[in-house]
Amino acid sequence: MERLAIGMIAVALALFLAALTIGPAAIGPGESLRALIAGDAGPLTLVMREIRLPRAILAVMVGASLGLAGAAMQGYLRNPLAEPGLIGISGTAALGAVISIQTGLAASVALGLPAMALVGALVGVALVVALAGSRGSSLTMILAGIAISALAAALTSLVLNLSPNPFAANEIVFWMMGSIADRSMTHVWIALPFMALGWMILATLGRGLDALTLGEDAAGAMGIDLARLRLKLIVGTASVVGAATSVAGAIGFVGLVVPHILRPFVDAQPSRLLWASAMGGAIMVLAADIAVRLILPDRDLKLGVVTALVGAPLFLHLIYKTRRQLA
Amino acid sequence: MTLLSVEQLSVSLRDRHVLKNITFAVGTGECVGLLGPNGAGKTTLMRAALGLIPHEGSSSIASMDPAERARTAAWIPQTREIAWPVTVERLVMLGRIPYMAGGQRPKVDDHENVDAALAAMELDGLRNRTATRLSGGEQARVLIARALAQDTPLILADEPVAGLDPAHQISTMQKFAGLARAGRSVIVSAHDLGLAARHCTRLILLSGGSIAADGPPDEVLTIERMAEIFGVRAFFQDTEDGPVFQPLEVIQ
Amino acid sequence: MSLSGAVLCAASAFADSASRPKGVEPPTRVVSMNLCTDQLAMIVAAPGQLHSVSYLAIDPRGSAMAEEAKAYEINRGLAEEIYLMQPDLVIADSFSKRATIDMLERLGIPVAVFDPAYGLDEVRDLMREMGEVLSREDAAQALIEDFDRRLNVLRAQTKRRPSAALYYANGYTSGDRTLAGQILVAAGFENAAVEAGFASGGFLPLEVLAMLEPEALIVGQRYPGKSRSEEILDHPVVQTLRADHVSGAITDRDWVCGTPHVLRAIEKLGGLREEVLAD
Repeated sequence: MERLAIGMIAVALALFLAALTIGPAAIGPGESLRALIAGDAGPLTLVMREIRLPRAILAVMVGASLGLAGAAMQGYLRNPLAEPGLIGISGTAALGAVISIQTGLAASVALGLPAMALVGALVGVALVVALAGSRGSSLTMILAGIAISALAAALTSLVLNLSPNPFAANEIVFWMMGSIADRSMTHVWIALPFMALGWMILATLGRGLDALTLGEDAAGAMGIDLARLRLKLIVGTASVVGAATSVAGAIGFVGLVVPHILRPFVDAQPSRLLWASAMGGAIMVLAADIAVRLILPDRDLKLGVVTALVGAPLFLHLIYKTRRQLA
Repeated sequence: MTLLSVEQLSVSLRDRHVLKNITFAVGTGECVGLLGPNGAGKTTLMRAALGLIPHEGSSSIASMDPAERARTAAWIPQTREIAWPVTVERLVMLGRIPYMAGGQRPKVDDHENVDAALAAMELDGLRNRTATRLSGGEQARVLIARALAQDTPLILADEPVAGLDPAHQISTMQKFAGLARAGRSVIVSAHDLGLAARHCTRLILLSGGSIAADGPPDEVLTIERMAEIFGVRAFFQDTEDGPVFQPLEVIQ
Repeated sequence: MSLSGAVLCAASAFADSASRPKGVEPPTRVVSMNLCTDQLAMIVAAPGQLHSVSYLAIDPRGSAMAEEAKAYEINRGLAEEIYLMQPDLVIADSFSKRATIDMLERLGIPVAVFDPAYGLDEVRDLMREMGEVLSREDAAQALIEDFDRRLNVLRAQTKRRPSAALYYANGYTSGDRTLAGQILVAAGFENAAVEAGFASGGFLPLEVLAMLEPEALIVGQRYPGKSRSEEILDHPVVQTLRADHVSGAITDRDWVCGTPHVLRAIEKLGGLREEVLAD
């Protein structure tokens, strides 16, 4: 367990440094890190402190949030297919964010953007939990996810099309695929409060999720307050997914791929999977964001494209494996 | 000493009375078999007594606060759900959750309880196996061991022998009887009347949400009750190996 | 003179349209369905010849001739509404919906399809083409001569060409092979994006822009309503660049269409260049 933690921290640190030194402006690694730390009035320091640093920090924050939310949802619904993006939570969060931007709330109220995204995510996660029931049957959950995602995407499109701004109509791509290119420290500060709140809430779920391994009844008889657990799951997931989506759009499959890969390393224990998936998510998004910059540096390739290319085949594989349960 | 006291317990689901005014008490060392036809309310009675579902009337366990309740009564649901491929040892360790705060690592005491539970269910050899890959009988034993690790004076088990082969049915019921002799109290629901009669010290017979009979096996299981409540003609005989009970045919 | 070539190019749509043989009467009821052809047609057409322009032509944010456009019927570029106007010529551009153009041609209405301008020379070509399809060759020739004269005045030689970058919503930039890039060059700037390898324009990463440190940063026009796309124009890096260097903003109505109104954009940029050189 400790070995896994140390290994993952080392990988995350290495990727963080790589994320800081790789970018479309070709600058040597030593030079760029010096400019970041020492700092002067030159453009290099500006690039490092205002573009690459927030981008790398956001990759860690968004990745940790999505990994954690995926592990928590899966633990609660006892279903490895539960993922914030697939079950429509990211979609409703994006709708909330778009409404907040288009109504001007994002500009006029501090934290108006992530707050509205949180509200959207709350609606999404509450709908899924209500529809999928106590034990999330894969079929119900996936069908609910399809319906919620489609509705959220349609409403997002509608809101953007109603905008007087000619650019707004094309922004559906960002909200559906996600990107953390050219964000600033402002976005870090916008997302951090709700993310930190969500992380703290989700981190307390470990014991209850472990008990749920044996089902709701057994967990209830072991003193787990299931109503409280569900409320914390909904609020925590909505906080982290809402905040992540409000600054980075909907990035899918992170919450699916990461817990799936890490589950064998933590002996399938939901509580240990929580922190492991948070770190794994940070690693995956850092790596994906580096890939985006290396593959098509001048094409603004969306982050969600890379995560979907990795995640969708795995999703199909999981459906194949659980297809008897689906029927 | 009375471990569970249920008084005037009633449960209604959608205006239908599933349980009506159930009153009974279970003391230390008792192994109680809970019998009754399908739909008689066996599972509902145990869940209501544990406080897992809304009910009227009182149950001494249900009225405890959840933490205290978890250290008083362990519950083995019939579903035998094991959601994730955890090892047997980890699964049994889940029984220690009532004694651990979130994020806390198992202490010596926890390991001792898990070891004892594994030994009691003869699972030492399976300790590091993945629980979801075991046979149904092995999984049933693992889940009983999990309940034992919870170290409670009272254990409630819903159909713990359903789906097991005869040898495992007998050994499992012997385990429950042994636990009762060792000073715990056990309430076991069962469909196999003969098995319950042979291993339990007391039977409670439920019919239509009420207690039809409560007492020692030979008093509860009578030919007349078999006909009236289960609608079967049964063979019943006391042997030197204990009572033998066998339903024979459905009464038209 | 390549007049015949231009006729062929502009009138290529007629070739399929048997209903409008060459050499007959000039069109008398013309409908334009694109912002840029709207403005060209308004400039070149004879009084009464142009019947309808697109709804974009009356929007002052994108149209340099919003006031003039109010004198015409407005269309939204839909085949059925245009057909009901019973035009004898429809002018579209190559960005117009292909399905609409095909539908109109099937209904027997001749459609002239114009290409967008990618440079200042093409502005002259477009005026000439418009003159030809509207049978207003002389008027077009006079407009071209006027355009050349004014352009030559604006293209005054400058001793140093300061670097400038164009930066729009979503981080897009225009290179030399675009109308905006040509406006920049005509105004005496060196396009910094070209130096970074964006000759045709495209997505210019913000950090590349920061490292280029252009002497002047010309940002895209802001539109009402909110958009995430425009947020990048408020990024701290862009704000720092604008604070430290000369900065200007594009007015789309003078920049997007290949009409003589680009001269206004060049004129305004010239002022910006003087500001840079004065620093």
